[in-house]
Parts: sequence; structure tokens; C-alpha cells
Amino acid sequence: MNLHEYQGKQLFAKFGLPVSKNVVISSADEALNACRDIGGNKWVVKAQVHAGGRGKAGGVKLVSTPEEAEEFANHWLGKRLVTYQTDSDGQLVNSILVEECTDIGKELYLSAVIDRGTQRVVFIGSSEGGVNIEEVAKKTPEKIIYEPIDPLTGPMGYQSRKISKVLGLNSDQSKQFSIMLPQLTNLFMSNDLSLLEINPLVITQGGKLHCLDAKINIDSNAVYRQPDIQKMHDPSQEDPREAEAAKSDLSYVSLDGNIGCMVNGAGLAMGTMDTIKFFGGSPANFLDVGGTATQERVSKAFKLILADPEVKVVLVNIFGGIVRCDLIAEGILAAIEEVGVSIPVVVRLEGNNADIGSKILANSNAAIVSLNNLEEAAKKAVELSK
Amino acid sequence: MSILVDKDTRLLVQGFTGSQATLHSEQSIEYGTNIVGGVTPGKGGQKHLDIPVFNSVHEAVEAVKPNASIIFVPAQFCKDSILEAADAGIKLIICITEGVPTLDMLIVKKKIDELGVTLIGPNCPGVITPGEAKLGIMPGSIHMQGSVGVISRSGTLTYEAVKQTTDLKLGQSTCVGIGGDPIPGTSFIDVLKMMEADDQTKAIVMVGEIGGTAEEEAAEYIRDHLSKPVISYIAGQTAPAGKRMGHAGAIIAGGKGTAADKIKKLEECGVHIAENLLQIGSKVKEVLG
Repeated sequence: MNLHEYQGKQLFAKFGLPVSKNVVISSADEALNACRDIGGNKWVVKAQVHAGGRGKAGGVKLVSTPEEAEEFANHWLGKRLVTYQTDSDGQLVNSILVEECTDIGKELYLSAVIDRGTQRVVFIGSSEGGVNIEEVAKKTPEKIIYEPIDPLTGPMGYQSRKISKVLGLNSDQSKQFSIMLPQLTNLFMSNDLSLLEINPLVITQGGKLHCLDAKINIDSNAVYRQPDIQKMHDPSQEDPREAEAAKSDLSYVSLDGNIGCMVNGAGLAMGTMDTIKFFGGSPANFLDVGGTATQERVSKAFKLILADPEVKVVLVNIFGGIVRCDLIAEGILAAIEEVGVSIPVVVRLEGNNADIGSKILANSNAAIVSLNNLEEAAKKAVELSK
Repeated sequence: MSILVDKDTRLLVQGFTGSQATLHSEQSIEYGTNIVGGVTPGKGGQKHLDIPVFNSVHEAVEAVKPNASIIFVPAQFCKDSILEAADAGIKLIICITEGVPTLDMLIVKKKIDELGVTLIGPNCPGVITPGEAKLGIMPGSIHMQGSVGVISRSGTLTYEAVKQTTDLKLGQSTCVGIGGDPIPGTSFIDVLKMMEADDQTKAIVMVGEIGGTAEEEAAEYIRDHLSKPVISYIAGQTAPAGKRMGHAGAIIAGGKGTAADKIKKLEECGVHIAENLLQIGSKVKEVLG
């Protein structure tokens, strides 16, 4: 689960980290008051969407009158912002962050991730901020530090000094950072984050460390124990079909092809997509219907797949393990009838009682092609999609 | 011989009286697995499936001396259950449950490494040594005792690989599902090491998927330490970047973890690639000659 920048900054503030004075607005008529409340004579207005690359796409602006801020809000609220990180539809802007302007001395980079290799939370720091960190890693790896945090000790002072050195901090800033590092670790651990990124972390002209951006992702497996984070969930930032799938506890990702896929198991679902591609077709989605492909789940899956107007054929690939294939076949038939599927459905059943299952499907009145062999099933689906 | 589990395995089931645990315990018993006890706090003293239930792992260890444990408890209790089993001295723990918080696993992994415990999973189908013991949720019927070791991050993809090697009469030595989470208890390399030392295993099938760099690390290990042929299939060649594909660990992040990178590295290190999942069995047959 992802947070908006303004939500991230609320968390930062809660944990004592330095962020700009700000107000978040959801209608343009709040803009004037927001600027007045913040004070000063320059503000930064930022469209709030779950995607990076906002600045280049026109979603961030420096304004010098409250009226300009209002104009910006009028322009963006309710519209969709398209950046290099979004698809061509972009993301809906339903709030704007108004911030006091910060005088930037230098831009740095700081993030923390759960690193799968070291199996630790690792802080990544660089003296090169405000740019794409992957590029920095490629071109000048010596400007980046990776510092793993031992879960039993937490961050130590020497680690803070190590990172400070690579960031190029002077001794006063290094002291500031030694306070920030435990705060950030605490924020990461107590909220079950999977990513925390401050790009840029800046040194102000007054020599203070300051968090100018906040990108936070939460571990989906742990959201259940984070009631405050749950309240920050913004479904408008998600693909509507993916959000719908999540409600039914189905794992779904929409793709741009025309062969709908319904598979049990995440690995096999990816393998099925690859197989379709291998035979010259194009998958419309990833969908893991789960270990128990019951009528209820299959019905929901069909509804999701058919909501995509591009889909011309559905390939159902079930490896019946413990669950008998004849029961799955009956579930599929009932679901097809319930949902009213009118496009061709190719079903491949394998495993326990697969033969009986296939016979049940073949003898039905529905427009089903039933094949035990995945190769034939995939080829058939590709043929029907052309 | 085989690895991890065999007919001498004495299995304890944690979360024994739940519906999933009950279903899969019945299947395992039918397969010939020796389940010596179960744990459900508050239900100690009862019998379930004719097997004694205990309130704690420590009590079960005292009474029925299990040497392996399988965990079916809900995700929020897995950290506790794994550490309980480890504290009670069990050296092989298999966690089937999906959805364990990643930060829980950071602590668990550090602790089990300290204690010298092998944890398989979480979010995995378990381990089976065909003809001897089944500790997991895989369908026993598709397996056949034989010479191919199977290691996989995915359940149903393992079944595909197993079915194909059974159809070709190669059979399997042991199949290990290491699970689809970002921090697995046991890595590809851990299992490769065991399979290299196992006489029964003649070839190894390694089924990987997008996300992380475990396959790349395994590739280097294979190049440097393995004499047995390894055949690999990587799922997710058509997966988009930045999207979690079902498994918590199956995500291409920051340009890292693509199927193409993994396949390239594996090929460079002398691993045989099954380009498509349909070719896993035939590739093994071809390599074994």
C-alpha cells in the first residue's frame, strides 16, 4: 500500500522529522487561506498522486501569490496527472499540498528499504539528490552508501557517522542526522514500511537538514495491524479492477492484451501469461483465483475479467491439487451460467479427476473448449483471440 | 537417501485443529507421514484425527518427541509459532501460511539462523520426499519416487514440474517449496547445497520467478559448487514492472528482478534453461540423456 506525500509528511512530523509548514487542500477555494495560514510570500503547490515524476509533468509549481495557488488547484483538482511512472490515463488528483518555500542549499538522497539480500532494513544515502538514484548507482556507485541496520540493535552512532560522511555533511549537520536516523528507523519499524524515500533530503541555506519529499510504501501483509495507516488508504489511486479484486481477496493485475487469464497459484498464473506470449498471444491480465477455485471465487474472477472490454477469450488454467477437478468443473459451469459469459472459454484442468472434470465441461451447453494439455489450451486461446 | 524429510520424520502440526490443517493432515497421514502430535493452545488433552493435541510445542516435544513441525496458524501468529517451535528445540520447521509481515520475518530469520534451525517458507507448499513423507499441501498423487530434486518459489508451478517429470518416468528425490515471500527461511542456495550432497538426486529443477536476486545468487553458487545438472524455469517473463504478481516477493522494483536478467545470469553460469514451463520435463530428460 502506498501513501501520498502529504500523508508521509504527517508521519514524518509525528516522528519529529523536519518538514516544511504545509496545508493539504481538496478544493480550490481553500487555497487562499492555506497560503495565508502558512505565511511568507512564496509557496510550493504539489498535486498529490501515487506516482513520481510529478514535477516534469507540471504537477508541482512555485507560486508567489495565493491567487496563483488557487489557479493551480483549480486546474488540477479532479483532473488526471500523467507522468512517466503512470499509464496513459494517469492518476486522479484529489488533493493539493501547499507548502512554505524552502531555500535549498544542497540536495541529497536518503531512503530505507527491506533488502532481500542482506535480510535487513538498509539505509541508502547519496550526496546526489533530486535525481534518479538508479542512474547514480549505475554511473557513480562510489557516491552511494548502503548501511544495513541490525534488527536487534537498531541504528548505531557509528552508522550515522558513516552515512553522514558519504552525504558530505559538516559536523553540525552530522549531529542533526544522528537524531534523524533513529527517528526514521523507528518510523519504518513501527509502521511496517517496506520503503521510505526522501528525495531530496536538503540542506537549507541556513545549514539545516530538511525533508523536502516523502515517499512511503507499507508492507501489505502488515496493514492489518496498522489502523492509522488503514485510514490513509486512497482507493482512487488504484486501478479500479485491481481494487475490486482486492475486495474479493483475488490477486489481479491488468495488462494490455486480449486473452483473459484465470489461474490457481501466482507462479502458474505468471507461467500461463508467459505461455500465451510464447505462442504469439497477449494476456489481458494476471489473476490468481487461489488454491480453492470454488464457484463463488470463479464467478468473481469471471466478472473481473469480463469487465475489461478488450478481452476476446478466457483461458482458465487450473492445476487441481487437493481439490478434485470434477468439483472445479462444476464450479466453472455454474459460474459461467451465473455471470452469463458470452465469449469463448478455454479450460485446461490438470490433477485429481481431471478426466471426469473435462468430460463434465465437454458435455455442457456452454461455449467451452476443454483440453487437458496446457500447450493445446494456450494455442487454442491464442487462435480464438485473433 | 533424500533431503530434509523421510520415513523417520516425526511430524508435529501447529494450528492442528483448524480446517486447513485438518484437511492437509488427513492427506499427509494417508500418504504415510508419521504425524505424532498437534498443537492448539487451549485444546490440550484432546484427540484430533486420533492424534494427541497439546497446548504448547514444549509439551508436545516432551511427550511425543517430534523432529519436524508444520505451521498452519494465521499469519499474525506465525512469528510466535515459529519461534516457539525453535525454542522447543525443533530443527526443521515448515510454515505454510501466506501473508506473514516482512518485518516479522527479519527477526525470525535472524533468530533461527542463530539457533541452527531450518525454516522452510513461509507462503510455501512444503516439502515432500515421494514414497516416504509428505509435509505440506501438495497433491501426493502426482509424485513418483525418482532422481530429480525440485526447488521452487511457487506451489502450482512446482506441481507442473513434478507432473512432467513423473510423466517422463524420472520421478523426484525431494521437492522443496521455499515460498514466494521476500524473506524466505531457506534460500535456493541452502537447498542446492543439500541436493548436491544427496545420492538419490541426479538432476535439479529450480523454478524461479521475478523479484529479488535469489536466482542470480543461486546461479553463481551453481557455477562454483555444483557438479549436478540444474534445469531452471523463470516465471514472469511477461510481467510488468512495479506490480506485485500475487506473491509478496514477485515484483520488479527499481529495474531489478526481471526474468530476462535472471535467465541471462543462469545461462552464463551453465544452468539449462527451460524457455517455457511446458518444457521443464523434456529439458531434464534431454540433460540426463
